[in-house]
Amino acid sequence: MDRKIVTLISAFLFFLLVVIALLALQLSHLFAVVMLAGAFSMVSAILFVVMDAVDVAFTEAAVGAGISTVLMLATMALTARREKQNSRRNIGPLLIVLFVGALLVYGTLDMPNYGSNTAPAQMHLSAQYLERTPHDIGIPNVVTAILASYRGFDTLGETAVVFTAGVGVILLLGGARRRRNKGSKGEN
Amino acid sequence: MHKHLILKVVTKSLVGLILLFGLYVQFHGDYSPGGGFQAGVIFAAAFILYGVVMGLERVQSVLSFGFVTKMSALGVLIYALTGVYSLLAGFRYLDYGALSPQHPEHGQHYGILIVELGVGITVAGVIMCIYYCFASRTPHLDDQEW
Repeated sequence: MDRKIVTLISAFLFFLLVVIALLALQLSHLFAVVMLAGAFSMVSAILFVVMDAVDVAFTEAAVGAGISTVLMLATMALTARREKQNSRRNIGPLLIVLFVGALLVYGTLDMPNYGSNTAPAQMHLSAQYLERTPHDIGIPNVVTAILASYRGFDTLGETAVVFTAGVGVILLLGGARRRRNKGSKGEN
Repeated sequence: MHKHLILKVVTKSLVGLILLFGLYVQFHGDYSPGGGFQAGVIFAAAFILYGVVMGLERVQSVLSFGFVTKMSALGVLIYALTGVYSLLAGFRYLDYGALSPQHPEHGQHYGILIVELGVGITVAGVIMCIYYCFASRTPHLDDQEW
């Protein structure tokens, strides 16, 4: 793709992200906010596709836009539909956010340009992985090769973390209590 | 009860396709984007869609709460036991060469397929489990209440 077009598309998508975020701040109806959060994830996923990170985009679209939206709606059904109006205006949090934002922007000044082939991340391991995957493992998708084979221990750990998250939710929200409450719906 | 008739008809025709796509992503992860994690999420999403539209009882008659909790544990076991197998075969932990000592490259291929399957089963199980936990606490809501 032409570089200019890519830049233009990225700029438009980033603009869209900011617009969605501002809209979500304005609204107090939580259903709309949850839907906007889903849209935010979807636009981020498209942005990842533009950056050629398709595996990440896949995950973002499925988890961020799909599953989290459903879970947020389920949570919302258990709690309130509208945001509580905060009458007093605090200037403190705004200042902190602006300060941290400025720091983060200052931090990016030192970073290598996007897509730069002399960036430290591209110099050492990445090149090795790209070079070795075809004859070590023989599959075209290097991301899978790294995740499942070169970094197999990490992925085992991640799977265990996902499992632990599930166990945590069962312990908190209760499988046993769920069955007991089945007869009396709407107790909460 | 013909409430949301269009939604129900569309869901019924979509669920099969989503499951098929999930299987494709699962077993094609080494050739195209995706892998166990994404496939697990897509697989769970199909059932969650069915549950959201048809009701929790309907989807739990297909995959019960107990079953999905066992799925979550099974996936981690598959992954970890692959490593134990390579230990027993005299290789390092999670060295997939053990699966096919004559052709280490094939072994890597099998190994990746097996552990990705483990990841997929765990992720699908955990996500459905979380959904069940949330949804079973949610009181039934009319359309206006949202």
